[in-house]
Amino acid sequence: MEKRVIFKNWWLPLLLVAPQLAVTLVFFVWPASQALYGSLFVEDAFGTSSEFVGVQNFLGLFNDGYYAHSFGITVLFSVAVAGLGLGVSLLLAVFADRVIRGARLYQTLLIWPYAVAPAIAGVLWMFMFDPSVGVAAWALKRMGVNWNHLLNGHQAMALVVFAAAWKQVSYNFIFFLAGLTAIPKSLIEAAAIDGAGPARRFFDIVFPLLTPTTFFLLVVNIIYAFFDTFGVIDAVTQGGPAKATEVLVFKIFQDGFKGQDYGGAAAQSVILMLIVVALTVAQFRYVEKKVNY
Amino acid sequence: MVENRPGLNFFSHALLIIGVAVVAFPVYLTFVASTLTADQVLDAPMRLWPGSHLLENYAHVLQKGAGGAAPLSRLLFNSLISALVIAIGKIAISIISAYAIVYFRFPGRMFCFWLIFLTLMLPVEVRILPTYKVVADMGFLDSYVGLTLPLIASATATFLFRQFFLTIPDELLEAARIDGAGPLRFFWDVVLPLSVTNIAALFVILFIYGWNQYLWPLLITTQENMYTAVIGMRRMMSGGDAATEWNLVMTTAMLTMLPPAIVVILMQRWFVKGLVDSEK
Repeated sequence: MEKRVIFKNWWLPLLLVAPQLAVTLVFFVWPASQALYGSLFVEDAFGTSSEFVGVQNFLGLFNDGYYAHSFGITVLFSVAVAGLGLGVSLLLAVFADRVIRGARLYQTLLIWPYAVAPAIAGVLWMFMFDPSVGVAAWALKRMGVNWNHLLNGHQAMALVVFAAAWKQVSYNFIFFLAGLTAIPKSLIEAAAIDGAGPARRFFDIVFPLLTPTTFFLLVVNIIYAFFDTFGVIDAVTQGGPAKATEVLVFKIFQDGFKGQDYGGAAAQSVILMLIVVALTVAQFRYVEKKVNY
Repeated sequence: MVENRPGLNFFSHALLIIGVAVVAFPVYLTFVASTLTADQVLDAPMRLWPGSHLLENYAHVLQKGAGGAAPLSRLLFNSLISALVIAIGKIAISIISAYAIVYFRFPGRMFCFWLIFLTLMLPVEVRILPTYKVVADMGFLDSYVGLTLPLIASATATFLFRQFFLTIPDELLEAARIDGAGPLRFFWDVVLPLSVTNIAALFVILFIYGWNQYLWPLLITTQENMYTAVIGMRRMMSGGDAATEWNLVMTTAMLTMLPPAIVVILMQRWFVKGLVDSEK
């Protein structure tokens, strides 16, 4: 879409885009190209010289058992966060859409976790499940479950999934509720007249009509789980125990800043960039589809 | 509501109340911990009703900090400055660049458009190392410029403003031109007032985004008085040899959550609109 009527001036628009262009070039294009460039070199321990090694860094990653492990962990983590977050919020949104009075009130009571920083969400859950002082850990112990996420990798994973999904429920809830409100009531009423009960109506009408919202949220949640949960992981487990929760973003940070392996970290960055671009393209295709409705 | 099913209605409310309770429980627990003494928190299981040390803990954290960190009032101030600069800066540079892209034809227009879009998709997390190097070379470590400038460009905001500008009727521009208004006059007197709703909606989202930044401030701040509140809380916990003072950490968590939560709840209408719009 383009404007028919425009201003004739060539230097003013350049002046207006200049700030954004400058920030983009300095902090986005340049670093991204540096990552691309750096991924082809190996730097020595003092950072004084670097040697061109081609795709060796990438090959190194593919042969590195830890990288494959980290990849698997990331996929598991993202699927769990997206599944749990979407499931819970869809359930709540469907029932909030049902009640006549108080849907707005429930919305207000459910949306504020969006404002909580991921790192703080992590600390909140960590405090609940702390093996020595946590209330939830104490209750679990009473029930015969020996909870110690500092030693047990599966429990650590469950904890970061809970913390990450908890924060995302509010976001999903807002979109599901908006999607549900947009479904024409006449469809639901027609189905009810034909004798379909609430469960039947949900599975045959409401849920299929919510598919675009669900797909969109799935992509957003996966992006969230891939990138925005760094704070949760860093605050709760720091990738441990024994790398059980070391997701890809955390591994870049770990290898690049702590391990000083710039080439390897740059190669990992490049792979992650490709994943983001793929996910974003998926999201945009969805947007295009929606526009055509 | 299609039909009246009292049982199902009751069930809906019950489920929603349980949902709200589960979502709120971690924060309630945090609040309780922030009103106790350190020993009371360590006395497992911790009591589930508030104690009497609320004012004491909050005053201590705000004035002195905990775990050797700078006073929290200073860190909250840093967070406020960076959140405001990021939110206002992003809105300002996005709105003018969107205006240029929509209302002008200039050489390289489409190139600028795609450059902004494609590159801004990449989250900070992906290109942290080289971005860190750039900022370090420029000497912006431990400064407000370093905390905010690299995060200030936003594809989402530019895209949102572009979509909105395209819906402004051309007749307005024709009328303004007949009355002799130039591009800047038109922007200031017509476009900006029309964009107020969008600006408010974006502000809420970007303020929270800025306030909750984690990885970036973690990397580029090394001096305690330049930490943001979120980083300060994080640093309190890895206090090394000393045991974590949970009551003070939780007090800090409460105070750090409060400002963005207030913004979300007070501006709920804009916030929901902003979220739903910005993803269109």
